[in-house]
Amino acid sequence: MIKTYDVVIIGAGGAGLRAAVEIPKEYSCAVISKVYPPRSHTGTAQGGVCAALSNMEEDSWENHAFDTVKGSDYLGDQDSIEVMCRDAIRAIIELEHMGMPFSRNDQGLIAQRFFGGHTKPEDKNDPYGKRVPVKRSCYSADRTGHVMLQTLFENSIKNQVTFYSEYFVTDLIVEDGVCKGVVAFDIANSEVQIFQAKAVLFATGGYGRVFRITSNAHAGTGDGSSLVYNAGLPLEDMEFFQFHPTGLWKLGILVSEAARGEGGILKNKDGERFMARYAPSVMDLAPRDMVSRAIVTEIREGRGIRGSDGTDYVLLDLTHLGKEVIDEKLPEITGFARTYLGVEPTTEPIPIQPTAHYAMGGIPTNTNCEVLLNEKGETVKGLYAAGECACVSVHGANRLGTNSLLDLVVFGRRGGKAISEYLKNTAFSDVSEKADVKTKELIESLLSSNGNEKVVNIRTELQNSMMEDCGVFRSEEGLKKMIVKLEELKERYKHISIMDKSRIFNTELVEAIELNNLLNNAEATVYGAYNRTESRGAHSREDFPKRDDQDWMKHSFAFKKDSGSPEIKYKPVVVTRYQPMERKY
Amino acid sequence: MDIQLKILRFNPERDKQPYFQDFNVKNVSDDWRLLDVLHEIKGNYDGSLTFRRSCAHGICGSDGMKVNGKNKLACALLLKDINTKKTIVIEPLPSLPIIKDLVVDMSSFFSKYEVVKPYLITNSPPPPNHERIQSNEDAEKLFESAKCILCACCTTSCPSTWTNDNYIGPAAMLRAYRYINDTRDEGGDERLDILDTPDGIWRCHTIFNCIEACPKEINITWHISQLKKKLSSREM
Repeated sequence: MIKTYDVVIIGAGGAGLRAAVEIPKEYSCAVISKVYPPRSHTGTAQGGVCAALSNMEEDSWENHAFDTVKGSDYLGDQDSIEVMCRDAIRAIIELEHMGMPFSRNDQGLIAQRFFGGHTKPEDKNDPYGKRVPVKRSCYSADRTGHVMLQTLFENSIKNQVTFYSEYFVTDLIVEDGVCKGVVAFDIANSEVQIFQAKAVLFATGGYGRVFRITSNAHAGTGDGSSLVYNAGLPLEDMEFFQFHPTGLWKLGILVSEAARGEGGILKNKDGERFMARYAPSVMDLAPRDMVSRAIVTEIREGRGIRGSDGTDYVLLDLTHLGKEVIDEKLPEITGFARTYLGVEPTTEPIPIQPTAHYAMGGIPTNTNCEVLLNEKGETVKGLYAAGECACVSVHGANRLGTNSLLDLVVFGRRGGKAISEYLKNTAFSDVSEKADVKTKELIESLLSSNGNEKVVNIRTELQNSMMEDCGVFRSEEGLKKMIVKLEELKERYKHISIMDKSRIFNTELVEAIELNNLLNNAEATVYGAYNRTESRGAHSREDFPKRDDQDWMKHSFAFKKDSGSPEIKYKPVVVTRYQPMERKY
Repeated sequence: MDIQLKILRFNPERDKQPYFQDFNVKNVSDDWRLLDVLHEIKGNYDGSLTFRRSCAHGICGSDGMKVNGKNKLACALLLKDINTKKTIVIEPLPSLPIIKDLVVDMSSFFSKYEVVKPYLITNSPPPPNHERIQSNEDAEKLFESAKCILCACCTTSCPSTWTNDNYIGPAAMLRAYRYINDTRDEGGDERLDILDTPDGIWRCHTIFNCIEACPKEINITWHISQLKKKLSSREM
């Protein structure tokens, strides 16, 4: 069966919904999502979304752009960063106009607070001199992502967007450099459906589930990036995966940077505020890659605290903030500490450890969200990507907190606009009625599988190994081990079987396909990490501890090959006004 | 420790009726979430056990289910907070059609939520280059209701829902509250008209089940009572 829409959007998080809202009424648009839209992972973002509104103190989009470039460890494309930071102010005002509830300041304007890596020059006349933290993060208590997702979902309802909820996309139809649609199946009954479209936008989110300790939802399996990679298109900068410094110990549940933005401090087992040694000027508000490395270093050097299960943590202390601030500004995350660890944050510090949080890399696009065919910047006609699954690249080697929600709304909208332009002069391309054969065969083979490997075992081994050998710190030795492990797991995956043979809501079937997606994402990540012989942002090689601007001011483009190891090509970083400098805070 | 569970199973391809299946799950720890137990069963006991889940920390609203007679999120319930000496009984959310095992058809729940026009309705345009002004006090009045994660624990716990499929239910009314009380919104009357119908707000008999069921600890009944007050004081 073929369904036909002018536009098909895959993923109903912030980027997908923002794009959907932008598509004019005269075009038919369907949003396909493997979960109901309000279940999307955007909803778990807590701390804020930034824009230089200057509601609390003087600020400028240029300050924001400089921080983003520096935060990216100079790997971010500066043209894209300028687009995002310039547009941020309009984007936040627009969200407010759409109905998003924000915390407010004394004048009734959107309130803003501190966040890691967001600074301004202490002396306005010395723009590259000493910098001090600035209140730039707009927020709604610690539920910013939740209310943003809700607002965008509700605006989609208002605009009568068509949803295919709990449909799982399994194939991307690209022929001769033109995207013609996707293939998906309805999870409720396993019926396969071809979606023919003039334009397809991927907004499928990240792939944090390749790691054992992650803040990501179970749904975060990198489905979109895997489909694109399988179609022979490149993935960009996959070696850069952000570990958020403050995940709840053992669980990895996010404890927002807002906790430190409001004044929380990290302490080691001696009660020392150790960030003073790593980032003397901004301390606990240093960017995430630096804080995560500091925590792991403290633990390795014996200054962590040994937990009941033999793993180590450090402490996030909020007790000095007082109950009122904690209850008003950080209710959700302190609730997590109570529920999951039995810790009362108003009187006790919270045990935390770094948690796999955000993929800086992904499907390469230009600033109009058009997907790149290659490292030369040529594009695939009719194929777009936005949000965490995409790499435009505004985050470079390390994303600043609050820039992810911003990325979703800025580039979701730009994607929607670019598609609307593209549709004006585009007709449907023919799609074969047999485009669904591959998916049908995949489903049948999994339902009739009788191999001796279990999805859960391969997934768990992948997650453990990635954590161990491709985490906060990496080395040639560890990555070689990881490559051997990955190739073993890919081989074993061919022999999986699932117990559930039913066609009705078969989540075991979905998980089996998701595992293949995780393996694809891991492949691009691990080989990318092995290949990049420098340390930059979140990619920290112990055997190459320095950033190497001579050889590595370039993006990696990984192309899938039959041999296992992807082919890696390069695209130079776009530098406009900020030359690389040493990154100190 | 080992624990016993009874889980309601139903696969319409095979079963005429739902039935309970017993599971004896070994080596669990009391700091596990109930969701971890379900994953353990799915991974190592019976891969066909079917349930929804995503974020696993009480934000996405996927894994609402009935645990020992009460609606809960499996990811926000730790074993140490359940009596594990006794068998834990798990069923799907009540009153919605079962698709398979613990997965229910949510479509009627979502369509009721859409009925209350859950979006800002305005006649006057916003200021062109900046946000609308709203005091923090007014903004915070919305936060409690905006916390709702649409998990359906409240609506499906309500006896009025059990006896009338068309009853709009607490979740939709909470949503109506969130917009009716937004100082930026101008659609209050339209929404009050929608609530002031036979299957609307007057079917709420203040039974308080919704409050007990809400995993976000929202005082839903209070919000509904504020809407009732607004309706009563509205000029006819």
